[in-house]
Amino acid sequence: MVDTSVELCGLRLDNPVVPASGTFGYGNEFREFYDINVLGSFSFKGTTREPRFGNPTPRIAECEAGMINAVGLQNPGIDAVIREELPRLKTFFRKPVIANISGFSVEEYAYCCERIDKQEQVGLIEVNVSCPNVRHGGMSFGTCPDAAAEVTRAVKAVTTKPVFIKLSPNVTDIVSIARACEEAGADGICLINTLLGMRIDVARRRPVIANTMGGFSGAAVFPVALRMVYQVAKACRIPVMGCGGVTTARDVIEMMMAGATAVQVGAANLVNPYASKEIVEALPGEMERLGIEKLSDIIGIV
Amino acid sequence: MYKKGLYRILTNEPLTATVWRMTLAGDTQWIAAPGQFVNIALEGKYLRRPISICDFDERSITLIYKVVGGGTAQMSRMQAGEELDLLTGLGNGFSTRNDARRPLLVGGGVGVPPLYNLAKKLLAEGKPVQVVLGFNTASEVFYEEEFRALGCEVTVATADGSRGVEGFVTTVLAEQEPDFDYFYACGPLPMLHALYNATERDGQLSFEERMGCGFGACMGCSCKTKYGNKRICKEGPVLEKGEIIW
Repeated sequence: MVDTSVELCGLRLDNPVVPASGTFGYGNEFREFYDINVLGSFSFKGTTREPRFGNPTPRIAECEAGMINAVGLQNPGIDAVIREELPRLKTFFRKPVIANISGFSVEEYAYCCERIDKQEQVGLIEVNVSCPNVRHGGMSFGTCPDAAAEVTRAVKAVTTKPVFIKLSPNVTDIVSIARACEEAGADGICLINTLLGMRIDVARRRPVIANTMGGFSGAAVFPVALRMVYQVAKACRIPVMGCGGVTTARDVIEMMMAGATAVQVGAANLVNPYASKEIVEALPGEMERLGIEKLSDIIGIV
Repeated sequence: MYKKGLYRILTNEPLTATVWRMTLAGDTQWIAAPGQFVNIALEGKYLRRPISICDFDERSITLIYKVVGGGTAQMSRMQAGEELDLLTGLGNGFSTRNDARRPLLVGGGVGVPPLYNLAKKLLAEGKPVQVVLGFNTASEVFYEEEFRALGCEVTVATADGSRGVEGFVTTVLAEQEPDFDYFYACGPLPMLHALYNATERDGQLSFEERMGCGFGACMGCSCKTKYGNKRICKEGPVLEKGEIIW
């Protein structure tokens, strides 16, 4: 019997498989497909202080082995999440959930994290400083070490829950940003968010996406994500949650060998609603084939 | 509820130069209403292809699709006996639970197919069904006879006048003044908008949008309505006339 459990800042996960924010809503859509308690945890939809509709449509463009999205942080706002989504989640999910918090100012991040800090089921806060689809906020905090550190300090001051900073790959030096977050007190790093991308409808001679650009994700980004997980895990002492293009149990193992303690599954959930469940189920078999008894033994082994 | 499953292709044939009909065998228990759709995984394509359900029974699904790109072209090359991975039972379809006694069904182009099963359902409920179908030109017309064979009163309009009434579906409404107390529509956005403006009657309209997942997770196909944000794939594709914001 292999051991798939991992520990993330004192939080024990039955397995490292965590559906990524923005691909799993608040869990509700997926319970119609399977019992989501098989997951390690999941990261809920990026939540802001105010309700947001997001960007105009079309928001989605298909790519080779991936997709571009420009949803623009559509969410019901922190009040509705606390009032409606979390009580409902509690009725069908018994495990700690990861709260993805997004914002447009340092104050907004702090406000939302302070509110979510009081939510019992939230085991960990993931601060999204890397959304490529909003102006004046989002990614601008995650592409500059000082700004990322400032958000980290502000959030850490208002919560006792572990704080992971979710970083953008759209930077020249991912390590300097991750280190700035670590020095500012972050308990962990999550990476990568989507890569800024674009498609053009050549017949209509205009961008496919109404917002022109969007975040590229899916199987194609896996090598980029893996490389960044490797670099950050080598450079930081705090744990890393790997994210980007993960599609199979083998990808999970590869990401862990690169240094990830837990592994998020994103776009794969959207094309196969059972993707995360199938990865969880395939993990023990893959471990046996690869001679891994305890999954946590391989973290950062390369 | 919805479900993912493998479906075996029974037939796959062209109806016009670009529109094809595919019938598939498999579990249809998750399909609850006309106007719902399936989301089809295709080899080598990252995203699924959402296609409205034209008709279904206990064991089979009929889809009518237009070849518009690589994915649908790939579908058109598939043969009977091959299998497709489908999510079925997606979306909020047409509801016939209303007081309408004389429904009018209005379809444009590949918006026509989901009205077929709806027509069957309305006829089974004992309601006389009038159908107005709009196409660009005579060679693109399909399912006129199929609707007629069900027992519907069918009027076809073509933009170039090569078949039926010359003009749009709204031309038929203006010129023939069909007697109806409720409408159901599916077609291109300009058609839906024109129809919305052309009638005082209440109705339901089925919309199209680029989707990521098709089951409400990605928020890729959201729209604003008078009753808040809705997802075309989940609360839609069918919306009530009274909630639409253009």
